[in-house]
Amino acid sequence: MNEFTSAFWPWYIFVLVALSIAAVFGLIRWMSVGSNRPTEKAKTMGHKWDDDLEELNNPLPRWWLNLFYITLFFSIGYLILYPGIGIAKGVLGWTQINQYEREIEAANKLYGPIFAQYLKQDVRAVAGDPEALKMGERLYLTYCTACHGSDARGGPGYPNLRDADWLYGGAPEQIKTSIMNGRMGVMPAWAQPLGQEGVQNVAEYVLSLSGRRVTEVAAEAGKEKFMQMCVVCHGADGRGNIALGAPDLTDGVWLYGGSQRAVMETIANGRQGRMPAHGEFLGEAKVHLLTAYVYSFLQEPPPQ
Amino acid sequence: MSQTPKDSGDRPEDKKKDNGGGEQRVASLVEAQEQVRRQAAERKRESGPSKSEKFAAQRAGASQRVITLVEADAVSESLYARHRKVYPRRVTGFFADLRVIMATLTLGIYYGLPWINWGGDRQAFLIDLPNRKFHLFAWTFWPQDLFYLTAILIIAALSLFLFTAVAGRVWCGFTCPQTVWTEIFLWFERKIEGDRPKQMKLAAQRWNREKILKRGAKHAVWIVFALWTGFTFVGYFTPIRELAVSVAQFTLGPWETFWVLFYALATYGNAGWLREQVCIYMCPYARFQGVMFDRNTMIISYDEPRGEPRGARNRNVDPKSKQLGDCIDCTLCVQVCPTGIDIRNGLQYQCIACAACVDVCDSVMDKMGYPRGLIRYTTQNALEGKPSRMLRPRVLVYTAVLAAITLALVTAVLLRVPLALDVIRDRNALYRETDEGLIENVYVLKVMNKDRDGHDYLLSASGIDGLTLRQPAPQLRIAPGEVREVPVSLAADPAALTARSTKVRFHLRAADDPRIRTEAQAAFLGPLPLTPR
Repeated sequence: MNEFTSAFWPWYIFVLVALSIAAVFGLIRWMSVGSNRPTEKAKTMGHKWDDDLEELNNPLPRWWLNLFYITLFFSIGYLILYPGIGIAKGVLGWTQINQYEREIEAANKLYGPIFAQYLKQDVRAVAGDPEALKMGERLYLTYCTACHGSDARGGPGYPNLRDADWLYGGAPEQIKTSIMNGRMGVMPAWAQPLGQEGVQNVAEYVLSLSGRRVTEVAAEAGKEKFMQMCVVCHGADGRGNIALGAPDLTDGVWLYGGSQRAVMETIANGRQGRMPAHGEFLGEAKVHLLTAYVYSFLQEPPPQ
Repeated sequence: MSQTPKDSGDRPEDKKKDNGGGEQRVASLVEAQEQVRRQAAERKRESGPSKSEKFAAQRAGASQRVITLVEADAVSESLYARHRKVYPRRVTGFFADLRVIMATLTLGIYYGLPWINWGGDRQAFLIDLPNRKFHLFAWTFWPQDLFYLTAILIIAALSLFLFTAVAGRVWCGFTCPQTVWTEIFLWFERKIEGDRPKQMKLAAQRWNREKILKRGAKHAVWIVFALWTGFTFVGYFTPIRELAVSVAQFTLGPWETFWVLFYALATYGNAGWLREQVCIYMCPYARFQGVMFDRNTMIISYDEPRGEPRGARNRNVDPKSKQLGDCIDCTLCVQVCPTGIDIRNGLQYQCIACAACVDVCDSVMDKMGYPRGLIRYTTQNALEGKPSRMLRPRVLVYTAVLAAITLALVTAVLLRVPLALDVIRDRNALYRETDEGLIENVYVLKVMNKDRDGHDYLLSASGIDGLTLRQPAPQLRIAPGEVREVPVSLAADPAALTARSTKVRFHLRAADDPRIRTEAQAAFLGPLPLTPR
């Protein structure tokens, strides 16, 4: 823990704390000693307003003084029990980390059985359970909206989860794997091997695959390059490969934009799509509920 | 600023020219008390003495006199002084009865209210912290309704200002929890130890069987009462019937136990031990009440011109012949004072306006055959023979503001819609283009059904021509007390947009009750219009 602090600092804190306590004790002693002899009239502090309004040095009750001593002794007790004096960890051995762990443990004990009960069921069954879907929705709104959007329709660079197009497959097991382990989609940059004209031609061909109107000659030239370089991942018919996460180029869904410029950019410079792994972070039970929630989109009626 | 309450060290007699010094005052007081005792003995002979009064008269010896003096006048030079216990003498009369009535009323409400149920088996007054709900009879308030509490606090503060401006510290004297609980604890103390003289005798005597028994009984009763108070307090936060069962079965949770004991300790400490110390050293209100006083404010005051020069005299002697005022210097007004001051020294910040001295002085005046009111509720103007005005600008302003805010609160509570809607715009992208070329924005709607029934809600949006709303279901079914987050999206034709940001409104209403409706505003972002206008 002391990787970037020297042994000096705990002692520095110790000395400061000890000095402060001693100084406060001394101050209280000093201020409380004085003549206890009752006098006829309190001493004036020398301040006077409006002719007859004076500030007098009236005594506080003694229990008030004792409150100071009580707080002082409290601080000593506190420093014995809890870390605070720098050089000692405290008798209770309390740390922020172990408090966090205790709270997590308590929460798991409380909510664990609820999650475990769904984990035992098949995703398809869980996706039909309205209570489970409410929980899944809450988890989704907490952990997934930042990229995929609150309505799960994605955004530029982040896949829409409500359409039928699945980069890595839309079966429950495949969705769960995507969430548990994450995904890494790599489209290499083709600017060098293809050259600028080549990129443009391939883009024309790719756009033609989903029925867009393109320049025939360029598309023909692009097809030739496509068959050499792109078929490995996207397939000869351009329908992609869910094992690699290579997108289907024929369905009119464009993760990074469907304009000619965007497609050319994708081909020339490549793309890095990364879905982070959530298995370790959330635990399988929560991922199971999330999978069911995402899977339930498929059963929804198409939007009006 | 002569109406400013005087500090205890700043005595009026210090300024009096004919002030002969403390020694002379002591002498006169000693004389007076002896005189009073003699008179009391005479009266006893006439009317037949009661046992306790006889005892009190015997006990009214040196120790009592000294304590009275020190309480009223001594000022120590040190920064901290030993606390001198005040033994207020029992008092009867109009204001004492009034305080008993007020204490019965306020404590009755405090101890009784949690046991009242409303509409089935729910507690009528319950602050449900774990669920963040406040149940008050027919209403259920949510954290979002906190501004009602603000209004209530403002009303409470303004009422305090108004009552103080008109009638002085009536709050302190008759309704403040510190006064009310102290009153009850004093009552227990008197039942067990007897009145002031007996208490002082008991305090002075050595620890013997009697003292141990009496003190033990007193503290036992106090502690039981304090525990009941703590239990009742927790009963405002945890259903009190369940709490009672837990207490009976010894299954109280750790936090419930802590708070019961904490409030019990606070009650026992404040009402049993600290008493007037709370008013003098801790209460901020006691210190700033002076700014709400003016010369027309009701205060408890000793009629100095009428009373002075004070002095002992026989009942049959005409005071004028001895060149005395009406004050017989019996010091009863000091003995009954719960904060241990001498009201004859003028208005002091320690005075909580309990009017005990008024009651006791009136009884003495009756016995002497003098008119009542040597110590009375009056105003500074009246004391000086000037007319007092009840209706003055500050009273009218307080009243007007108080009435306005009370009216606003009542209206707001009556018109309160048990439905709330918050809109949170998605921040992962400013907007999105759909395949059809529409601009789409995503929002999460937080819908809170604060009603006691579930409802189907209908959602719509407005603000842009041709705006379309996409929602998970045509109707939202939300259970009573449920908070739902509903992701929705709005789509608009870019041609209909005239700015980067357009205000849109979401409208939500219950399908079965047109009165339950609310709306919320949000921003719809899109690209700049193609043709500048």
